[in-house]
Amino acid sequence: MNMDVLREYAPLYLEAAGLTVRIALIGIAGAIAVGFLCSLIRYFKVPVLSRIAGVYIELSRNTPLLIQLFFLYFGLPKIGILLSSKACAITGLIFLGGSYMAEAFRSGLEAVPSIQMESALSLGLTKRQVIGYVLLPQAVSVSVPAFAANVIFLIKETSVFSAVALADLMYTAKVLIGMSYNTDEALLMLVLSYLGILLPISVIFSLIERKLRYAGFGN
Amino acid sequence: MQDLGIKVLFEGRNFIRLLEGLWITVEISFVSVIISMVLGVLLGMIMTVRNPVIKVITRLYLEFVRIMPQLVLLFLVYFGITRAFQVNLSGEVSAVIVFSLWGTAEMGDLVRGALISIPKHQYESGKALGLTGGQIYRYIVIPQTIRRLVPLAINLTTRMIKTTSLIALIGVVEIVKVGQQIIEASRLSVPSAALWIYGVIFFLYFLICYPISLVAARLEKAWKTV
Repeated sequence: MNMDVLREYAPLYLEAAGLTVRIALIGIAGAIAVGFLCSLIRYFKVPVLSRIAGVYIELSRNTPLLIQLFFLYFGLPKIGILLSSKACAITGLIFLGGSYMAEAFRSGLEAVPSIQMESALSLGLTKRQVIGYVLLPQAVSVSVPAFAANVIFLIKETSVFSAVALADLMYTAKVLIGMSYNTDEALLMLVLSYLGILLPISVIFSLIERKLRYAGFGN
Repeated sequence: MQDLGIKVLFEGRNFIRLLEGLWITVEISFVSVIISMVLGVLLGMIMTVRNPVIKVITRLYLEFVRIMPQLVLLFLVYFGITRAFQVNLSGEVSAVIVFSLWGTAEMGDLVRGALISIPKHQYESGKALGLTGGQIYRYIVIPQTIRRLVPLAINLTTRMIKTTSLIALIGVVEIVKVGQQIIEASRLSVPSAALWIYGVIFFLYFLICYPISLVAARLEKAWKTV
């Protein structure tokens, strides 16, 4: 292991890690929005839209992100839709993540007993109030563990973006291995970068989960 | 001509080649899934043992493998091991090693979760009824564990199948790589090949994974433990 090489690589990896984190944040925020919308549509069985959301969820959950990206990046330009690798990465992450988030929220929504909704309605709350004060708070806290698992899963999936020429961590490692043959150093930095991003998140999430469990939610 | 792009699929042996590539994907997934299931059950059982050393070691293994993206693991094995031990691993072997390591960790955690979800009083009641340890496992623990485990294990299988798409990136000639080759070869004759080939690969993955997910969802509903 050569310390000089490590020192030389560090800034490259930092930059790539920044890009990975930025794209992951945007993608995950988008995925949460899409997932939330889809789960509500499915939960309230909105006609037509519910069907569409169902098809989307199944398509997205049962195909690999790599193929979704290749389709976006190499396929779509053939019919005149040109996306940059960044746009592809974000679109792909939202497409993939949306369905996972939708399922997480849905299991939360379904965990709230319908008797609570009925009681709330009979107490004279409006439908909007029932959703806002009774249904959603409980549903969200029940789905926290699944939600956390999804966030980590989606950050891990960002490693695939190197395949559509996004200069992320994987890409940096690949280039450095190919150029300088300092394989050990390049791989070590790669592992350290992902540990640096994912370990804190994983620890924080498990703390939050424990808190929620003490509060009597979740289980 | 956009609408003629699909013809690239049926030129020569293209479609057969894609299916052959798919078969490699399925084969690698299948071998890894079998290894993961067997080792995962063992790991899960080991993880319920109350020994601090075992706990720390299994925990570290589990956390590391779960936190690292699978592509990073593939790189570590494919480039790292080859260099560190001067052995030449093919992409296929690296893939099986990585997916088995990862699958074992995931499966181990599922097995552990299923085992500790059996309430303690059931063991005690079994004992009080005069059952031996073996009988308690045979008649009380294992049937309930399997009901919890099978749907989750099936889901893990679809995840592993989907993730094998990554092995194209370390040079294994499976479906994605074959697709790329076909696209390259017909770059001039059929410019829109990429759209069609990747679209077809997308649906081929869906055709494999969707039925498996359906089975898992059905079983989960049917075996819901109250």
